[in-house]
Amino acid sequence: MNKLVKLFTIFISAITLTLASISSSFAKVEGEYIVLGSAISLTGKYSSNGVHTQNGYNMAVERINKMGGVKVGGKSYKFEIIYYDDESNPKRAAQLAERLIKQDGVHYMLGPYSSGLTKAIAPVTEKYKIPMVEANGASRSLFTKGYKYLFAVLSPANQYLEVAIDLAVEKNGGKPVKIAQAFEQDAFSQDVRLGILDAAKRTGSTIIIDDKLPKELNDMAATLAKVKATKPDVLVVSGHTKGALTAIRQISEMKVDVPMLAMTHCDAAKLSKQHGKKSEYALCASQWHKNLSYKDKFFGSGKKYDKDFKKEFGYAPPYQSAESSAALLVFKDAFERANSFDRDKVRDALKTTEMQTFYGNIKFGPGGQNTAKPMILFQVRCKGDVCENKVVAPTKWASDKFYHPIPKWSERS
Amino acid sequence: MDFLIFKAPILMVQASLDGILLGILFALIAYGMALQWGVMNIINIAQGDLVILGGYIAYSMYLAGIHPAWGVIVSPIIMFFVGWGLYKLVINKVVDRDLFISILATFGIAIVFQQLMNFIFGADVVVAQSEYGTTMLFDNSVTLPNSKIFSAFISVLYAIALVVYMKKSKLGRAIRATAQNARAAKILGVDTEKVYAATFGINAALCGIAGALISITLTLHPYVGLPYTVRSFMIVIVAGLGNLPAVAISGMGLGLFEEFADYILGTEFRIGAVFMLLVLILVYRRFKLSKKREYLK
Repeated sequence: MNKLVKLFTIFISAITLTLASISSSFAKVEGEYIVLGSAISLTGKYSSNGVHTQNGYNMAVERINKMGGVKVGGKSYKFEIIYYDDESNPKRAAQLAERLIKQDGVHYMLGPYSSGLTKAIAPVTEKYKIPMVEANGASRSLFTKGYKYLFAVLSPANQYLEVAIDLAVEKNGGKPVKIAQAFEQDAFSQDVRLGILDAAKRTGSTIIIDDKLPKELNDMAATLAKVKATKPDVLVVSGHTKGALTAIRQISEMKVDVPMLAMTHCDAAKLSKQHGKKSEYALCASQWHKNLSYKDKFFGSGKKYDKDFKKEFGYAPPYQSAESSAALLVFKDAFERANSFDRDKVRDALKTTEMQTFYGNIKFGPGGQNTAKPMILFQVRCKGDVCENKVVAPTKWASDKFYHPIPKWSERS
Repeated sequence: MDFLIFKAPILMVQASLDGILLGILFALIAYGMALQWGVMNIINIAQGDLVILGGYIAYSMYLAGIHPAWGVIVSPIIMFFVGWGLYKLVINKVVDRDLFISILATFGIAIVFQQLMNFIFGADVVVAQSEYGTTMLFDNSVTLPNSKIFSAFISVLYAIALVVYMKKSKLGRAIRATAQNARAAKILGVDTEKVYAATFGINAALCGIAGALISITLTLHPYVGLPYTVRSFMIVIVAGLGNLPAVAISGMGLGLFEEFADYILGTEFRIGAVFMLLVLILVYRRFKLSKKREYLK
């Protein structure tokens, strides 16, 4: 009797194991669905941007599925995404990537939110040779590691504010400028800093203040007092949303007069809403703006995307959503060109991507970064008490003239 | 190394005032921690998260159209009951256990509070606007945000009120008696259970005041509580327990030291310098203690 039970157990486990291995090897495409996986921050400190990312992905999935899906081998397939919540924790994100690949049998991945989490996941997808299209990891270090399966639709971090320095030099009659800068000590902000260093070298400009802000910092008074004393031509600040909000609060309170203020994360920080007129004239780097003239057949134009997104989710899409939607357009295009579900063929197709989406042109460089799309700069401008972000550079899309220099605080109402 | 501050001595005035004003605010949080540490022998890791919760109360008022400065009255009242409730729910079960258990318990409370605040208020960084303007000194070369002056003033006011209350009131005396010797106080008829709950409530209320002040001077985010815990811990370590003037001086001293470290060593060494100072003070204390022991021999 006992032997029989043992035999039976072995038999059952053998069947389960076989089934499991079969199901995982076919899980990449289930019936008419192409299954993508993503670990994303739905709770924890990145949860608001995590949700923006997820909404962007979902919007694109719905749109592509509705408009005929993905055609591979003469058959039409639909996208489906398995999500897990990474709790804004890099360790958890890496575990979940393993789980998506090994247990759920996912063969194609979409990126998480933030450079830090993308950095945690990339070694995993690379190890299992899983192509990942990511839309929210801009750190330059992601593209210098020689990853072969990582593709980013966004411009790398060092490009964020380079244009701002060029603009400052241009406004200075082509002469070099004095730069004061303060950057948080994290991968992303330090990459933005490297971009500024390059631009300074290129234009012969000098950096007179170069502060590195600790992560816990919520007070920049010392940096700003130094800025007041040294009178630079341009002040550059990057420290995520906390940095942007702290900078504007203290610049306005300490009445720091600088001709030009360039920052990142203005829209994520809802700067124009939270600080109102105090944030006016701040120059901000952005990956995307609805007024750009790019087009595609799924979302139409940026303006149309903005309208449809508002209808679906009840708020205007931040660039984090737009770039996430673009990631799915890239996957669809690659599947169709590869005309196969073979991971390496899909990867090769991704590598030769060259397309326009409503979000911008996409073409991947050797490290996987998008080289075809410039960053844009907008400036906060106010009418009465209502403040808006107006595109001022590059000139091709500028809806407004760049206002320079910033009026002194004593002259501002 | 940067010697800008020596070339432009007016920066020293700016740095000193910035450091002192912020130091006073931190001293208030640290006093709450010292009080409860002294009375209950609990190191509250959730201290900073109580501060942030207090800040969110003021921020909610701001969203509802009420001036956030009223938060310095509303926030401590609500936070007192939050603290009282926390004591009844969790702390009373760990109050007479060893320090490690209470650190674990308050660490757990910190995580729960962070997630709750994230759930209720969202993960965005927020600020409340006081529109208090700026005080300019020395021909506009030293600027002080009035919100910082206001917060230092309120902190001092509450600190004085608390000292008077501890000296004069019945509960204050009971708290001090319990801190000196809980068992003796109990024998003499002090309801130590009530004293503990009130102490924890008072600490939470102090955090509430500080939080409301932070909402108008700095920024709020569900996960920025820990630096406040660490800072108040350091102030208390330097000052010792149950000594308000020492806490105030150590708070301002650390604030000053930090500002000057920022100017001279660079912003990246600001927090590192404070930790270095802490290590030096601890080594010095140990050195002094060991001398004393020899003398006793």
